[in-house]
Amino acid sequence: MKFTLSWLKDHLDTSATLDEIVEAMTMAGLEVESVENPAQKLAAFSVAKCVAAEKHPDADRLKVCTVETKDGVKQIVCGAPNARAGIWVIYAPVGSYVPGIDVTLKKAKIRGVESHGMMCSARELEAGDDHDGIIELAGGGWTVGGDAAEALGLDDPVIDFEVTPNRPDWLGVRGIARDLAAAGLGTLKPDPLGAVHGSFPCPVEIKIDAPEACPAFAGRVVRGLRNGPSPAWLQNRLIAIGLRPISALVDITNYLTYDRDRPLHVYDVARLSGPVRARWGKGERFEALDGKEYEVTPAMCAIADDARVLGLGGVMGGTYSGCDENTTDVLIECAYFDPKITRAMGRATGIESDAKYRFERGVDPASLMTGLDAATQMVLEFCGGEASKAVMAGEPPVFERVIEFPVSEVKRLTGMDLAADDMRHILQSLGFEGDMQGDVWHIKVPSWRGDVEGKADLVEEIARIHGYDKLPAVSMRRAPGAVKPLATPLQNRVRRGRRALASLGYLDAVTWSFCSRDEAALFGGGADDLVLANPISSELDCMRPSALVHLARAVQKNADRGISDLSLIEAGPVYRGIAPEDQAITLAGAVHSNPPRHWTGRRVRDVFDIKGDVLAALGAMGAPTGNLQTGTQTSAYWHPGRSGALRLGPKTLLAEFGELHPGILAKLGVEVPVLAFELWPEAVPARRAKSTAKGALQKNDLLPFSRDFAFVVDADLPAEDLVRAARGADKTLIADVRLFDVYQGQGVPEGKKSLAIEVIIQPRDTTLTDAQIEALSQAIITKVQKATGGVLRA
Amino acid sequence: MDDTKELEDEISAAIEAAADEAALEAVRVAALGKKGKVSLLMRGLGKMSPEERKTAGPALNALKTRLGELIAARKEELAAKALEARLEAERVDITLPARPRPQGAIHPVSQVMDEVAVIFGDMGFVVAEGPDIEDDFHNFTALNFPPGHPARDEHDTFFLRGQKDGAPMVLRTHTSPVQIRTMTAAVEKARKGGAPLEPIRIIAPGRTYRCDSDQTHTPMFHQVEGLVIDRETHMGHLKGCLADFAATYFERPVKTRFRPHHFPFTEPSAEMDIGYSRKGNEIIIGEGNAWMEILGCGMVHPNVLKAVGIDPDEYQGFAFGMGIDRLAMLKYGIPDLRDFFAADARWLKHYGFSPLLQPNLATGLSG
Repeated sequence: MKFTLSWLKDHLDTSATLDEIVEAMTMAGLEVESVENPAQKLAAFSVAKCVAAEKHPDADRLKVCTVETKDGVKQIVCGAPNARAGIWVIYAPVGSYVPGIDVTLKKAKIRGVESHGMMCSARELEAGDDHDGIIELAGGGWTVGGDAAEALGLDDPVIDFEVTPNRPDWLGVRGIARDLAAAGLGTLKPDPLGAVHGSFPCPVEIKIDAPEACPAFAGRVVRGLRNGPSPAWLQNRLIAIGLRPISALVDITNYLTYDRDRPLHVYDVARLSGPVRARWGKGERFEALDGKEYEVTPAMCAIADDARVLGLGGVMGGTYSGCDENTTDVLIECAYFDPKITRAMGRATGIESDAKYRFERGVDPASLMTGLDAATQMVLEFCGGEASKAVMAGEPPVFERVIEFPVSEVKRLTGMDLAADDMRHILQSLGFEGDMQGDVWHIKVPSWRGDVEGKADLVEEIARIHGYDKLPAVSMRRAPGAVKPLATPLQNRVRRGRRALASLGYLDAVTWSFCSRDEAALFGGGADDLVLANPISSELDCMRPSALVHLARAVQKNADRGISDLSLIEAGPVYRGIAPEDQAITLAGAVHSNPPRHWTGRRVRDVFDIKGDVLAALGAMGAPTGNLQTGTQTSAYWHPGRSGALRLGPKTLLAEFGELHPGILAKLGVEVPVLAFELWPEAVPARRAKSTAKGALQKNDLLPFSRDFAFVVDADLPAEDLVRAARGADKTLIADVRLFDVYQGQGVPEGKKSLAIEVIIQPRDTTLTDAQIEALSQAIITKVQKATGGVLRA
Repeated sequence: MDDTKELEDEISAAIEAAADEAALEAVRVAALGKKGKVSLLMRGLGKMSPEERKTAGPALNALKTRLGELIAARKEELAAKALEARLEAERVDITLPARPRPQGAIHPVSQVMDEVAVIFGDMGFVVAEGPDIEDDFHNFTALNFPPGHPARDEHDTFFLRGQKDGAPMVLRTHTSPVQIRTMTAAVEKARKGGAPLEPIRIIAPGRTYRCDSDQTHTPMFHQVEGLVIDRETHMGHLKGCLADFAATYFERPVKTRFRPHHFPFTEPSAEMDIGYSRKGNEIIIGEGNAWMEILGCGMVHPNVLKAVGIDPDEYQGFAFGMGIDRLAMLKYGIPDLRDFFAADARWLKHYGFSPLLQPNLATGLSG
């Protein structure tokens, strides 16, 4: 919302400086976004007098002017049709920047004649739209060298601030003034526009057939007027806030929209046939003032006469009944439109208008007659004519709200101690009335403050006007006693997993939660429920089923930049459905191992490196990594022969890892091989023990020793089965089983392989005899044979 | 006696001349071995008269001791030389490049989330979570955004095709729905246990979404929500809590300013600004005359409390929400938000943090 300083001062009697006003606005909740002083932009320009204008010897349309300026008499070549001797103009000297044409002036020769500077049009100075000729200062009393901004009435600073949706009253300058007065910046002036009494009955009948959308419609006719341009001061204010002056009648409606949050509309009575009524649409076509055609649906409030739809109520008027310079009789509309219906109409049509913006936020329901009178008064003043009596169809919604307000609420909710007098003064200066005595006040809310619904709202009014700077700052201390853990076990698991992997060289990334639906489908997602109805692009239109979509693509993007030895992780959400429990957290990683040459040799990482990283991360997260089983059944986006699934028991899947399927990579546009993993922190079992004690260390002074075995097994036997079998041969004595060789080839039959293990034996209480060791070896051989069919290699 | 002296000189010379441990051992055997020269002389003592023995005995014993010591010394010397020679032979060009160890890094968002958690943890907050895909009730209605309210328009909401109760699901536009989930759970717990509502003090960091994308907006970003509900927490606590947070987070004195604002789910509502100044392109947080907004907050709106079944006349408290990404940008001088989500290794290495820099208050937040 923009307004100018002089405009504010129409409503606020204040001696405050601009800076003080801006500060007070911000501290009262009217957050100032910018202050623009057009005088600064126009500082280089000054008043000058054109004393002679001769035809250019070499160009029909150009004139060679002699201009008296603050820099002395200058010769200026000018193409404006109105350049002539005797007019007062705005002079731009050589070296000045002319904003409207984005040019810094230089001394120039135009068709052989020297030109020193320029006489400017309004558009060139960004002081208006007019580009038909140069500015001619009207009236008298000008002096050469006078300030251009002042001469143009543009020395009025423009303040732009954010209007929060709860405060439609701030969409009018008067509402701003009221808050500033309450904040101690001055006093609210009486309304300069008062009541008007009409002299004849309103000749246009007004009816309401859609009271839900338009409960009340006040109007009157002013006849015999002349619709010329509005006065310069009003035009200047409209220009300053970015509106285009059109004609007095239209400008008045725009002006009051901003002056007091009171949207209005004017109809040319000559264009009306029959009564004007607010009714529901009937599917008519209608051309609005924006020049576009709309269908007026039965969900829309139309303002119509017997012949046609004249306007979309509260949203936008129509071209047919609009006022122009030929208008002599006007119907002024001052109505109340329902916020929700207005909003729905705005959405259906896509129209953003000042009226719609205000009606959907709720205008003061008590402002219909006062608004109509204010508009009438201005019309009579600017355009002459004679006003009819006002009529009102329907009734505006009754706004009567009394809040029972225990004043102790202020202290309870803010911690501030305020005297009752101060609180009373604040509320009264904001327009609140009622009984403000004793412990519980009965406060009557003013009609323009529909946002104030209860006690807390009143507390806010008092606190914000008193000043949030006066709030005590009280530190929060944790409750006495034991410190509760900040994070949940799951959050800690994720944090530890992420940091463990980063310690192993992984770069922690954050990527979009959405991807394209096609990509989602590659990773088992893409369900219709998870597609965004309004994505920002088709690349990001579906919730991701896996973080690997973006990580794999990031691997390629980095490779394209020459970074080809890269490990990425992301700890983040994936989505399997729209219910809260369908969201899971994943710790995913993608690796492109293409290391540079090194004098010690170059080692390209493979799935077993990734398996190690996954186990390290799982270990850091508290998973029993010694008890996991590696399955070969993995999701379809993995290389079927080079991927594994780590499970705890048959059901609990902790991780999948391996090479990503080359076919999937190709569809993602990834050309480099990608090793990856997906880890599921939620599946990692929580620590069960309540005690933090670790249990005693089982330290054995007897030396452990080892025995090697090689078994010939079927080539497709999972090595893990053999290791597990060997370990199970004696759970007391066997401390570890290490697989150290896999061999296929000479000496091993076709379809078989040889697996060599080293069994670490830890004697417990006494050293083992040869016989005991022999028995243990036999037990291992028997167990392995039974479990895997493997036979000891000769 | 001259013989002995001569012998000693001869053996000493041989010891000195021994070039390695084997040669030295040969010298030792030749002198002190069973058939060594000194041993033979010692054996001759038995044939001597007691008087002769009285002088010759100690002399020979002394000789034997001296030679033994000489040999031991020479042995040590030779061992040292041998080690020296071996080490010399093992010399490498230590200026050759090291075997590379990849350096990982923690994303600024992860790091700052941990920092924020630590600060609020010290004030007795615990972390709560909620889903990214929310229903209309939790994201809007329960937070006092009635259906059709213009405040909803400010949220640039992403809608999903999936629906619940006839309304499309949304990607949460803020972390505030976690307020609703947390309070609802607390109310439910109190109801089941027949106990009064336990005080609530939570933060909820997480991903949030708005369909907006330009230089300073990304369709996904991160927020942290805060919520305190009890019987006495007022706006002064909110101000103190957040001022303490700002100074602790930025690790320097930070000027703060509370300013009225509007959020549907708080009343009274405020925004907090922090002071800053500019030196060229650099933003210096904490001092100076310019203000920048870093968060929105307020006392939890009575309608929100009512929506979850908490009596607003009995309980009260505050809520706040702030942007994690922006906090990270401000503290660590990261210029462009859009780079946060590009997984560009150069950026991740440059702006990332050592995994060992686990934020905590004992060592200082940023270590």
